[in-house]
Amino acid sequence: MTPPSDHLIELSGVGKHFGGVIALADVSLHIKQGEIYGLIGPNGAGKTTLFNVVTGLYQLDSGSFDFAGQRYTQCKPHLLAQAGIARTFQNIRLFANMSALENIMVGRHLRTRTGIWGALTRNAAARAEERATVQRARELLDYVGISSAHQTLAKHLSYGEQRRLEIARALATEPKLLALDEPAAGMNATETVALKALLQKIRASGITVLLIEHDVKLIMGLCDRVAVLDYGKKIAEGAPEEVRRDPAVIAAYLGGEAA
Amino acid sequence: MDILFQQIINGLVQGSVYALVALGYTMVYGILGLINFAHGEVVMIGAMVALTALQALLAAAFAPVLAVLLSLLVAVVACMALGYSIERIAYRPLRNAPRLAPLITAIGVSIVLQNLAMMIWGREYHSFPLPFNSISHHFGGAVANDVQIGIVVVALIIMLGLMWLVHHTRMGRAMRAVAENPAAATLMGVNINRVISVTFMLGSALAAVAGFMVSANYGIVHYYMGFMLGLKAFTAAVLGGIGNLRGAMLGGVLLGLIESLGAGYVGDLTGGFLGSNYQDVFAFFVLIAVLVFRPSGLLGEKLAERA
Repeated sequence: MTPPSDHLIELSGVGKHFGGVIALADVSLHIKQGEIYGLIGPNGAGKTTLFNVVTGLYQLDSGSFDFAGQRYTQCKPHLLAQAGIARTFQNIRLFANMSALENIMVGRHLRTRTGIWGALTRNAAARAEERATVQRARELLDYVGISSAHQTLAKHLSYGEQRRLEIARALATEPKLLALDEPAAGMNATETVALKALLQKIRASGITVLLIEHDVKLIMGLCDRVAVLDYGKKIAEGAPEEVRRDPAVIAAYLGGEAA
Repeated sequence: MDILFQQIINGLVQGSVYALVALGYTMVYGILGLINFAHGEVVMIGAMVALTALQALLAAAFAPVLAVLLSLLVAVVACMALGYSIERIAYRPLRNAPRLAPLITAIGVSIVLQNLAMMIWGREYHSFPLPFNSISHHFGGAVANDVQIGIVVVALIIMLGLMWLVHHTRMGRAMRAVAENPAAATLMGVNINRVISVTFMLGSALAAVAGFMVSANYGIVHYYMGFMLGLKAFTAAVLGGIGNLRGAMLGGVLLGLIESLGAGYVGDLTGGFLGSNYQDVFAFFVLIAVLVFRPSGLLGEKLAERA
């Protein structure tokens, strides 16, 4: 059976284990084109593992993974990036000793072509592409609201700015799906509000967003649908309000005290 | 004073060669964390290929300048192919192995290349048929010939070009990204295997140029010439801070100067007890001193230049 065509991502029966530890067990879910999809669950529930499967850093042990109508069950990360999946990390992984602008320019790698010969000969195409890359990188810095920091080394940016830079770098790959691993972690209330506005802007531009987050207010206010993982299993899925009232979720996520 | 000036010239020439070879070590280390001990042999193969090409071209009555340039080009292309093959055959299958495995493999590759060269080119010393007279120029009391001036100038141009490549091109950015964070780089769509191949090919191209320079300067080519040169260049890379491009250049030139000044003055300083044949001792004395007092090298902390 082919999945409905508005499903950007289709996971079915996905399993992943590390030795004897089962990180994901028979997880099936789909993400629709253009939605903001939240993934929540207690620590160690398998959220980041699922992220790593979707972005190709882990190969899954069972089940299948389709993206934009193509099967990517065993696939290298750079090919998935090419297919249109970009992500940020829970613990920020910028190129610390490169400037903010250069970080984004690396993100343009996928959508540019100049090889070593083009670079050495400095032909017209190579020069034009380099100019376009710089131009696009500046636009993206502006888009996420840190345009004043373009020459600053990534490691010297503030925490909130680093998060934004990581999002800009991911956007530079022109993704269909932007996967964010706890983007609000460590942000203060003001920064979180700004982040929410940024994510809404990104979604409005046509990019589907997959979000892992612990900040329940952010998830509830932002996501169209939410899935809850616990011990590697999906225990609930639906609109935020439904999920919040689900007894299984309350038991697992809030420790049962609200039941 | 003249002796001092002369030794500085000699040191700069030798140091330029060390710097080019050290860049090959440091680029590979920056990206893979691997000490490619076969790199010295790539220099030797570059010299050997250049020798054969130059002999053939001169026999075919090519113009001297054209023959020199073409043989250099042949050596560069051959070494790039060699560097690519070494990585592909010997190192890539061990990418995720414990770090000791590729290190031992590197020593193995080095031995294989040496013996291969011995079988092809024989055990004897070949004279390098430079088809023009290298005219000597006097600067005060010191002397530098055309070849020596050419070595320093060409090395400088190549090093500036490499810095530009690494800092201002798409491939250079990809190299730095892989060096800093391979996982993040691959998620940006950077093909790590391709970047590693390019790194080996670039390093090997520099090695070929260095091999040509050494041969032209001393006029002698031998299958064992890469061994000591490789060790010295490795020392230079460690001195500058391995993984750091500017460090490799600085370390190379400094090591050349230290050796040359050391060899020039050790006799006077020890009252003739030690002579200039102790030249090699200085390089390894430097290596030990760096490892003891500053293991990260002179520019070791500034990881910004890693590539």
